[in-house]
Amino acid sequence: MYLGRIVGRLWATMKNENLTGQRLLVVQPVTPELEDKGKCIVCTDWTGAGAGEVVYWSRAREASYAFFPEEVVTDATIVGIVDSLHVKRT
Amino acid sequence: MILARVVGTVVATRKDPRLEGKKLLVLKPVSPEGKDESGYVVAVDTVGAGFRETVLAVAGSSARMAEGCKDKPVDTAIVGIVDTVSMDQKR
Repeated sequence: MYLGRIVGRLWATMKNENLTGQRLLVVQPVTPELEDKGKCIVCTDWTGAGAGEVVYWSRAREASYAFFPEEVVTDATIVGIVDSLHVKRT
Repeated sequence: MILARVVGTVVATRKDPRLEGKKLLVLKPVSPEGKDESGYVVAVDTVGAGFRETVLAVAGSSARMAEGCKDKPVDTAIVGIVDTVSMDQKR
């Protein structure tokens, strides 16, 4: 899974049936030191996280298993909100 | 998922029969602010996206969960047409 920060939100009325009702959030991947790294992506949200929060998200087919048994077409889902983060780089 | 802009179409008569009847569009990945990013992607269109529209594309094996792509050789599918993207100010 990957760390990220929620930096925006997206609305799309014309979309696949199984995406209706899903929150679509723009996430900026971040390093453990919370510095931006890489391109923004759009995630479906399983946790109800808010703007600016640091989250972790899972990728690829497993991203849709957060909604199992419901089939949601997604390749990135926010599956957790980070409370605190400790990195020991010796 | 990625944000992308429709920049072209692909027409292929000789192709895997399971792709028949599928619209193939050429996408240019873009940033949420609309700036072009590198690379191009060919994606199956499942929502009727038009030229130059900003769309939402899903990649990998999840793309086969898009409408009408079950058991088809598809690894990128357009699953939504973006209305608005609102970004936090402090970025």
